[in-house]
Amino acid sequence: MSQTMSPVILEAMSLCRTFKLPRTSLSSARAERHAVVDIDLTVNIGDRLGIVGESGSGKTTLAKLLLCLDKPSSGVIKFKTQELPLADMAKFRREVQVVFQDPRSSLDPRMTIDQIIREPLECLNLQEDHDTRIDEVLDHVDLERKMRARYPHELSGGQRQRVAIARALAPRPTVLIADEPVSALDVLVRDEILQLLAGLTDNLGLTIILISHDLSVIARLCDKVVVMQHGRIVESGATENVFRSPQHQFTAELVAAVPRLPEIR
Amino acid sequence: MSLLEVTNLVIRFGDKVVVDDLSFALDAGERLGIIGESGSGKTITSLAIMGLLPETATATGSIRFEGQELLSLNDREMSAYRGNRMGMVFQEPLTSLNPLMRVGKQIAQPLRNHRDLSLKASLARAIELCNRVGLPDPERIVRAYPHQLSGGQRQRIGLAIALACSPALLIADEPTTALDVTVQKEVLKLMNELVAQEGSSLIFVSHDLPVVSAMTETIAVMRSGKIVEHTTVSELFHNPRHEYSRKLIDTARATEAEFKRFAIGTS
Repeated sequence: MSQTMSPVILEAMSLCRTFKLPRTSLSSARAERHAVVDIDLTVNIGDRLGIVGESGSGKTTLAKLLLCLDKPSSGVIKFKTQELPLADMAKFRREVQVVFQDPRSSLDPRMTIDQIIREPLECLNLQEDHDTRIDEVLDHVDLERKMRARYPHELSGGQRQRVAIARALAPRPTVLIADEPVSALDVLVRDEILQLLAGLTDNLGLTIILISHDLSVIARLCDKVVVMQHGRIVESGATENVFRSPQHQFTAELVAAVPRLPEIR
Repeated sequence: MSLLEVTNLVIRFGDKVVVDDLSFALDAGERLGIIGESGSGKTITSLAIMGLLPETATATGSIRFEGQELLSLNDREMSAYRGNRMGMVFQEPLTSLNPLMRVGKQIAQPLRNHRDLSLKASLARAIELCNRVGLPDPERIVRAYPHQLSGGQRQRIGLAIALACSPALLIADEPTTALDVTVQKEVLKLMNELVAQEGSSLIFVSHDLPVVSAMTETIAVMRSGKIVEHTTVSELFHNPRHEYSRKLIDTARATEAEFKRFAIGTS
């Protein structure tokens, strides 16, 4: 387990994101929704951090903020001590990559697998042989190299998520943010993808931020966890401590609600 | 005689066979879980029983319910069963409820159609049903539109609609997949209680083994349109015969072991 020794790579301080809701009446002000409220978060290099919470708790908004795909209403995010957005965002994009929930909507249906994985390499202007790199990342995610010529609709859900992971790995990121990467997948496929992610974080020394509503997914992959409710972090710590002796009522409820197999003797 | 008897059911979309020679029976009060991956034909099977197959699908074989052959009925004859002797809860309550109709009226609809109740009497019954599915402040809830309710509340409404006419058979197709775990726990508990009180039979369709095994006594495992194994929950766990069942159980066990490593003694 990584200790506090390793340097900080991402840091959020007093992070807030407030959305204005649609106007419901001419004579009243627009209501606001506080999606992320006063969040402090430190991610060290090598962390496997889980973010868990129910739908609407602000997990995805937090992920978007950390990815610099959205601007905080207040608060600061630092990447390696520099405040986001950086002057040179390409550097950030190279180092921080993302895998989304549903590979059916996150992969462009009109592009081949080759084009999908090649895109970040070209956009980020990486000086290396792109063909070799595409083969390498396909190897990393256990997809056959001949898949390059295929289109997303020809692949299964699990294979598509492997492509999404390959695309994220292509620019050699240090941080991978995965937002519900397995919740759209069947149970057995889910297991394969989690194994793949665990292997990749080990072999490539990735820092991973995994967002999930499923505690068993977090237990499988993460050594640290933060629990979110109503936009706030209600509890955080080492996964085993948080799950074994939850301090907050909400965490205890989450842990107790995980469906268990019947006791069969 | 069984409540439901499905014999040699084959469902095709054009040349594509999605349900392949399926046979099973369900007694009154029995609870059957159908488990399988997406595309295995479990949803199409439940839709066929409800007479809700899309028009592009053709079904052959036999589905007998309370002695009546359902496949020979037209849509109008089928609608006498739907919401009456058979109820269904769908996966996503946001799409299965009518967004333009107050939920009270949606609960009242099967009562109006099948029980010949007046609007007033059916709305009063809708309030009772809301109460029964554990919704707070039912007088206010019946006047709400689906978008004003939370996911868990919407699924409780779905359950109230399905159970309004005390059906002999309730089909629940992934009823908690779209819900948060804490809400899932409550909805499953509620469904368990209500089905027991009503003495209804239950077909519970899911891809989630822990959830299915908590809700039913027997499980049918589906793969590529076929039932590859159909047995009791305990027999399935003790002695899974099909490779796919074994994988499902091993994965569920491994996931649980991993989780228990952290969360011992918390429940």
